[in-house]
Amino acid sequence: MRYLIIGNSVAGVHCVEAIRGVDKEGPITICSDEETLNYSRPLLSYYLGGRIAEDRLAFRDEAFYQRHSVDLILEKKATGLDTKKRRVSLADGTRLPYDRLLLSVGGVPIVPPIDGLRHDTTGVFTFIQLQETKRLINYIEQESIQEAVVLGAGLIGLKAIEGLIERGVRVTVIELVDRVLANTFDTEASSILEARLAAHGCTVIKRDTIQQIKTKGKKVRQLVLKSGTEISTSLLIVAVGVRPNLALVKGTTIRTDRGIVVDEYMRTSAEDVYAAGDCAQGLDFLSKENVVIAIWPVAARQGKIAGLNMSGFQTPYPGLFAMNSVQIMDIPTISFGMTTPPDGKGYEVLHRVDRTRSLYKKIILKDNRVVGAILLNAIERAGVYGMLIREGIDVKGFKDQLLNDDFGLLVLPKEFRKHLVAGESFVA
Amino acid sequence: MVKKRIIINEEYCMGCRLCEVYCVTQRSRSKDILKAYKGEYPRPVSGIVFEEKGPMSFALQCRHCEEPPCVEACLTGALYVDDETGRVLHDGERCVGCWMCIMVCPVGVIKPDVDNRVVASKCDLCIEAEEPACVAHCPNEAIQLVEIEEKA
Repeated sequence: MRYLIIGNSVAGVHCVEAIRGVDKEGPITICSDEETLNYSRPLLSYYLGGRIAEDRLAFRDEAFYQRHSVDLILEKKATGLDTKKRRVSLADGTRLPYDRLLLSVGGVPIVPPIDGLRHDTTGVFTFIQLQETKRLINYIEQESIQEAVVLGAGLIGLKAIEGLIERGVRVTVIELVDRVLANTFDTEASSILEARLAAHGCTVIKRDTIQQIKTKGKKVRQLVLKSGTEISTSLLIVAVGVRPNLALVKGTTIRTDRGIVVDEYMRTSAEDVYAAGDCAQGLDFLSKENVVIAIWPVAARQGKIAGLNMSGFQTPYPGLFAMNSVQIMDIPTISFGMTTPPDGKGYEVLHRVDRTRSLYKKIILKDNRVVGAILLNAIERAGVYGMLIREGIDVKGFKDQLLNDDFGLLVLPKEFRKHLVAGESFVA
Repeated sequence: MVKKRIIINEEYCMGCRLCEVYCVTQRSRSKDILKAYKGEYPRPVSGIVFEEKGPMSFALQCRHCEEPPCVEACLTGALYVDDETGRVLHDGERCVGCWMCIMVCPVGVIKPDVDNRVVASKCDLCIEAEEPACVAHCPNEAIQLVEIEEKA
């Protein structure tokens, strides 16, 4: 059995580990257009901020590929997929045959059309890729950048802001909606973070966007906002979002929606072709619909499940749900599932705020089951809330204790707790 | 493969918290109970989560899951499974304190050191000692070391 994996990030790596647990012999090839061994994208902000050196970006070392007998092809872009002839062609004309193929091609940053923004405009960057981050760092150093503008106050935008602030760059962030991290957080949590951003000298402009980019030569010089505000800057980071990378499946019969649609075995609609990670649209545990959830733990699990199925060990994907852990401006935050429930749909919200400590805890219930949570500056034992969501535990008997500092397993029914700590079933 | 695991008998726990005291001692530089508590700064953090309410109490440490969600979620490769013993171990040098492990640990036994942005403590089953300190010093066998057979 010949395995081919396109993409060398978290889904691809976990796929290899799963395959080798079942099939020690079958040749595995990973093909990536990146120049580097592998790297953890969430660590790019730590790298930008100077917290870690480049050699700490990898989450698996070189020995990993030797140990698992992986033929690693770097700096080659996969440009064509023929599902009938079962081969992938690369930009240099090489053709790679497969018996089982995994598409773990990730996402691509969205760059909206802006008047004045051209392909060759300098001083405009996205922030999800290592080589581009290196160019960004070079640019900051060479141009002695003191001030920058970030478009988009989502997760990537905020991590970019943090890295820039750590470098001593003053940041203005422009967000289209009325608050930061609107996809993950509610108004209260966002306002706590906004206060913290302001305390670090970051200007947050909301309900606005960039209408025009003015350049001097090719270099960005000034931004004109929709509101008419003008901001002088020579560095703009565009962080409005990421969409699944569908380039390779375009023109094939593989079914796509927002991402590459996969079934419970991570199979695409083409025979022996699987997909996992940020490019895949798989089962969401909470909505029971197929959704792109572009987060690390989902990519890891999907890659693993794909690997098991590719090597013949049939294993269904249980579906995960959105969750995030991000420390922003010294505030650790963790969120799970549904964080801003719609009115009138039978959701119950418990919350506790202590603004002096930037502490916020919010638990969202439906029919006495936890379906979401936001935790700011109170992340100890956060995983227990995630477990309550996954296990669908009825919390009626201890609802009043869910927000307590000492909340833990003691409130759970004894039999369930014993089962949980016995270590029998930790495969979530 | 035979693996060592800690089991919890909560009915026997008296709430004396000696498990925590000896865990801290084991993690100290001196391995001396008095020096660890009186002379070492910062004092090591115990790898135990202790819960107590009324007459009920128990101490819990890493379950060393067979398929650990913390290892899966780790952004840096700092958390890994030791091939020989199946223990879930943590390399503090690689850890950046992203708290993904805390987010996914179903029993909530990984502690953050927020100020230093690193996972504060993660039970390693006292890798240097013959018997985990919490097991050795539990006066009532509420914490027990067992050997279990796991699939290879």
